[in-house]
Amino acid sequence: MSATIKNVLSPFSALKYLGKKPHTVRYPKESKPTAERYRGFHYNDVETCIGCGNCANICQNEAIDMVKVPGIEPKVGDSGLRPRIDYGRCCWCGLCVDVCPTGSLALTQEYTHVSDDPEDFLLLPGVEHPEYKEKLSYVSEKGYNLLDWDRVPMRELDPKERVKSFAEVVLGYMEEEARTEANRCAGCGICVSACPDHMHIPEYIRAIAEADDLQSLKIIYDNNPLGEMCGKVCTRRCEGVCVIGHRGEPVAIRWLKRFATEQFDDYSKVLNPEIRPKNGLKVGIIGGGPAGLTAGYYLVLKGYDVDIYEALPKAGGMTMAGIPKYRFPEESLDKQLRYMEGVGVKIITNTRVGKDISFEEIIKNYDAAFMGIGFHKPYLLGIPGEDLPGSIQAVTFLREINFGKKVDIKKRVVVIGGGDVAIDAARVSRRLGAEVTILYRRRMQDMPADEEEINGAIEEGVILVTQGIPLEVIAGENGRVKAIKYGMAEMIPDPKGGRPRPRLIEGDERILEVDTVIAAIGQQADYSFIPEEIMNQLEIERGRLKVDQWQQTTVPGLFAGGDTVNRTADAISAIADGLRAADGIDRYLTPKLAKQKMDLDKN
Amino acid sequence: MIQTVKETTLFLGPQHPGITGNMMVELKVVGDTIKKATTHVGYLHRGFEKLMEQRLYIQCFPIVCRICVPEPDPNEENFARGVEEIAGIEVPDRAKWIRTMVLELSRIQVYLLWMGGQSGSVGLYTMPQWTVGDRDYILDLFEDLTGGRVYHMYIWPGGVRRDLPKGFKDKALKTMDYIESRLPDYDRLLFENAMFLKRAQGVGVIDPEKAKEWGVVGPPLRAAGHHNDTRIDDPYEKYPEVDFIVPTRTESDVYARAMIRRFEIEQSINIVRQVLEKMPEGKVYKQIPNPLYWKVPKGDAYARTESARGEFAYYVVSDGSTKPRRVHARGPAFVHAVSLLENLLVGENIADVSMIMNSLGTCPPEIER
Repeated sequence: MSATIKNVLSPFSALKYLGKKPHTVRYPKESKPTAERYRGFHYNDVETCIGCGNCANICQNEAIDMVKVPGIEPKVGDSGLRPRIDYGRCCWCGLCVDVCPTGSLALTQEYTHVSDDPEDFLLLPGVEHPEYKEKLSYVSEKGYNLLDWDRVPMRELDPKERVKSFAEVVLGYMEEEARTEANRCAGCGICVSACPDHMHIPEYIRAIAEADDLQSLKIIYDNNPLGEMCGKVCTRRCEGVCVIGHRGEPVAIRWLKRFATEQFDDYSKVLNPEIRPKNGLKVGIIGGGPAGLTAGYYLVLKGYDVDIYEALPKAGGMTMAGIPKYRFPEESLDKQLRYMEGVGVKIITNTRVGKDISFEEIIKNYDAAFMGIGFHKPYLLGIPGEDLPGSIQAVTFLREINFGKKVDIKKRVVVIGGGDVAIDAARVSRRLGAEVTILYRRRMQDMPADEEEINGAIEEGVILVTQGIPLEVIAGENGRVKAIKYGMAEMIPDPKGGRPRPRLIEGDERILEVDTVIAAIGQQADYSFIPEEIMNQLEIERGRLKVDQWQQTTVPGLFAGGDTVNRTADAISAIADGLRAADGIDRYLTPKLAKQKMDLDKN
Repeated sequence: MIQTVKETTLFLGPQHPGITGNMMVELKVVGDTIKKATTHVGYLHRGFEKLMEQRLYIQCFPIVCRICVPEPDPNEENFARGVEEIAGIEVPDRAKWIRTMVLELSRIQVYLLWMGGQSGSVGLYTMPQWTVGDRDYILDLFEDLTGGRVYHMYIWPGGVRRDLPKGFKDKALKTMDYIESRLPDYDRLLFENAMFLKRAQGVGVIDPEKAKEWGVVGPPLRAAGHHNDTRIDDPYEKYPEVDFIVPTRTESDVYARAMIRRFEIEQSINIVRQVLEKMPEGKVYKQIPNPLYWKVPKGDAYARTESARGEFAYYVVSDGSTKPRRVHARGPAFVHAVSLLENLLVGENIADVSMIMNSLGTCPPEIER
């Protein structure tokens, strides 16, 4: 194409725009609103944020630091840290927003910040410039998040099948399911602070995700010698704070632990923990529950000789005598006990301290003692007719059943209480073929029992009567329980801010015909075996022993743990107590060991 | 009689308005004629490829866009497609349509920016004012869609980051109409301008016989009479489902290359319209495994995209760990601005250096990576 006169003139057509309003930004400056999705400076809702640090982990520029913010204290489920952004590094990619589990972090439409001080470009979003909240633009949307919100469902026995036997309800993950579920974990470790035992949760989940189940088992056994038990029945405080649980379903930490521990039939073949040479000192442990077993296991690893005295025919404490077999099969407990005994923990069963061996003997014969006796003495209902034949206690009932004895509960059963023991008693009664009603004085949402357990009971056909206060157990002609009289209650708010209290509605009384009444309104410790002079030295607060940070009671050399000490009263808290006590006893006996060694050296 | 020839060394760049980005061309000139040209790079020093070997896959995704500032989207596309191919991720249909649209919008805005540069290099300074201003309307679309004007960080492994915002379709169609209505103005000001015709025709001719051998791609290759376009040769995303023409010319000079781009803008506008019409409803993002621990299976993939500068490819290698073993970017600029440019400039006039360089579509970060 060669140039003609037309080509010379055509550029002058641009002159037609002379005098027209330009479409670019003009002076004086007109501010152009940014897009609704604009990626500007950060805003963080510090109240929603839990300081998990996912944002800092994913930031490819390492522009985010988790820092302490005045006024925000760490608590369970919140590290107390908040992200601080370095705008010298930030590239506004917004990955931090797309990986935020709570959705607290967002980008805003703000994009100008002028300062001659470089420090000014470190921003604590939400704390500084709280006004950015009004201009949120690139926000965390659940559907576009990088985290996986949905848990791999757990397979369970059909409720119709369940009530026919004591077979385990939960079937456990298959390998592929476990790997997928483990991969959901973001590895932030917020759960660790919620676990009373501070288990290395992200690490063992990571190991499962990477198909290294042995490594996972080793990590679990680092501070929990009853991993499989916890994998089945733990109260899982960890899952309650799991960051993914803020907007999705928490990682199934308990089921993953169960998976890892179930992969090995014989731990003694795979675990090979390091055991220090015997140091010649002996520790006596009263009670073979989770606290005692844990203390015993770790003391053996530290080189002590350990004797555990268990009153019942088998160790395990409440996990043996209280938890029904459909939740925690006996073979699983046996497997864990076998391993412990293999390591060198000596368990002396059928030996009740105070009856078969005196408490003084233990104090005298051992260099230190640990007491983990649990709560086995039930509270009484305190209503007329409670001592009638056919009115029994849940802990007794469960113990009898768990040790293979028969309890005749006949056809119709009412269980009084709303805790885990009540639910266990109800579901066991269902398995024995009874029609079961649970009578609870508060509302369903006030029940201390695990929600999954409550739902399980309902699925199995247990009837729930809430806001019903038992008034009297009525005897029949044969002198046995015939019915229970209860009154309906209304909920009134607690002036102290606690959970609402039930108040009996006068005149609204009902009668339920039953054959058996099972009371499950709580238990307490039985200290009757302790001689008076030691009892006088022990400090007891509202039924619980007072201990120091090493689980030592006010009697030197006497340590305690489990339900008799902690208020959370579950297996994992007992394990934590036992672990701490093992360290405490080791500390307590170290001077003695040192002296022994010096004496040896002298000779 | 003895003739003496005085040879002068001239450094064009790295700071020079006529240079595209941070690079330098060292010229040996005799009079106004270039005897030797040598390209020097090394002014960016980001080492993108090496950086990626130290990052999780998802962390690489905000880096790749930096390999070409004016045109980040083919980088994102290549990286995402490479990783998806190794990991075996099937991207939702709607995401593929959106990606196609983003790539074409990106092409239009690059050509608008290029028009500014090309006309600036021949001294026509009204064009840059117009085209850069009009380009902003497309950047507005990107801002609405992705939250960023230049670095979009939008196409990621698994799909795209967000669905279209409300009212996007209408706004995009309006913008396409506007850009289309401006094309005659651009024609009169640049493509039919006697000065451009005089300056650009017959200058910087790439030998059509040698073009493929040298590795020339994109508009320069099509201007040399070769009907080659990755969108047709190795179709990806939704290109097989849209109609468009790949223009070719035979002159192989600066002017031919300019005209190829001029016609491709029309084609791209056409593609964007078709995409907006045909796009189905649905998900735009297939969840990838937990990105903090994502181990992409062992393997490698070669993903290529037709960028505004030509075939642009990524070779992604995974050794089965959480970080890529290697991400290699093969950009057109490596050929165009080093070996080709050094050859083309010999014998040309100093005044034409910037113009030839612009016509090749040079992007220095692609050379350094």
